[in-house]
Amino acid sequence: MIDWIFGLFGGLMIGCAAALYLLGNGRIMGVSGILGGLIDGSARTAWAERGAFLAALVAVPALLQLGSAPTVATHITSNLGLIMVAGLLVGLGTRIGNGCTSGHGVCGISRLNMRGIVATLVYIAAGAVTVVLLRNLIEGL
Amino acid sequence: MRLLIALCAGGLFGAGLHVSGMTDTAKVQGFLDFFGAWDPTLAFVMGGAILPMAVAWQLTASRTPLAGGTFPAKPDPVLDRRLILGAVLFGAGWGLVGLCPGPSIASVSYGGAGGIVFLAAMILGMGLAPMAARRLDTNRAQA
Repeated sequence: MIDWIFGLFGGLMIGCAAALYLLGNGRIMGVSGILGGLIDGSARTAWAERGAFLAALVAVPALLQLGSAPTVATHITSNLGLIMVAGLLVGLGTRIGNGCTSGHGVCGISRLNMRGIVATLVYIAAGAVTVVLLRNLIEGL
Repeated sequence: MRLLIALCAGGLFGAGLHVSGMTDTAKVQGFLDFFGAWDPTLAFVMGGAILPMAVAWQLTASRTPLAGGTFPAKPDPVLDRRLILGAVLFGAGWGLVGLCPGPSIASVSYGGAGGIVFLAAMILGMGLAPMAARRLDTNRAQA
């Protein structure tokens, strides 16, 4: 099991990306905020840099996937109903709570921001409860 | 300049998500499965990401961003209903499928139909969120 080495290395890359976005553009690298601001129109003038960020976020993993063997499997469930509910919850929750794993988690915790720390503990707890329910109730049916 | 930095940051972030295995929903759900076959990878990813960011926050003191402007102010340590309820909803959706916003966008080119449906539903949820948040605030004012 060398997964944690790849995890740590990939994590360092994510942290460097967030550091670059902060020190360069003075922005929090929070994906739900970057995308959500474009969706609900609150982005105002910063739409171009948000679009550039998102375009690269799609393109680089696509290129890596083409060049890697074996490719990364997403193992996403085939239950489209479950996927729709989950997507709605993630979209609603991250915008109501003003952050996701990147904004609250990476950027908030590293600043010792109380809101980020509490939000991260709450969404991990909610996710853990959901996985227990999913494993024991829904998949057992 | 701003666009170039955004491109580099988005690309590096995407590469990090791909390399770390975080676009694999099984690894994310495995991390959340504390009472099953727990997979600690996500903790290493989070830890690895926090390290350079903690240094970056130190560097923001007495400086301004390269591309101009100001650094975001640290928010007041206020834990309101929106923050908690939002985190609960997000966590529930995250656990159901194992995708959060970053990986769902990063993997959209190779996540198949499921990945595209997730992204579409997430965008719909983001569109509905301002209305839902306003309703939350109104209910609170009446209570």
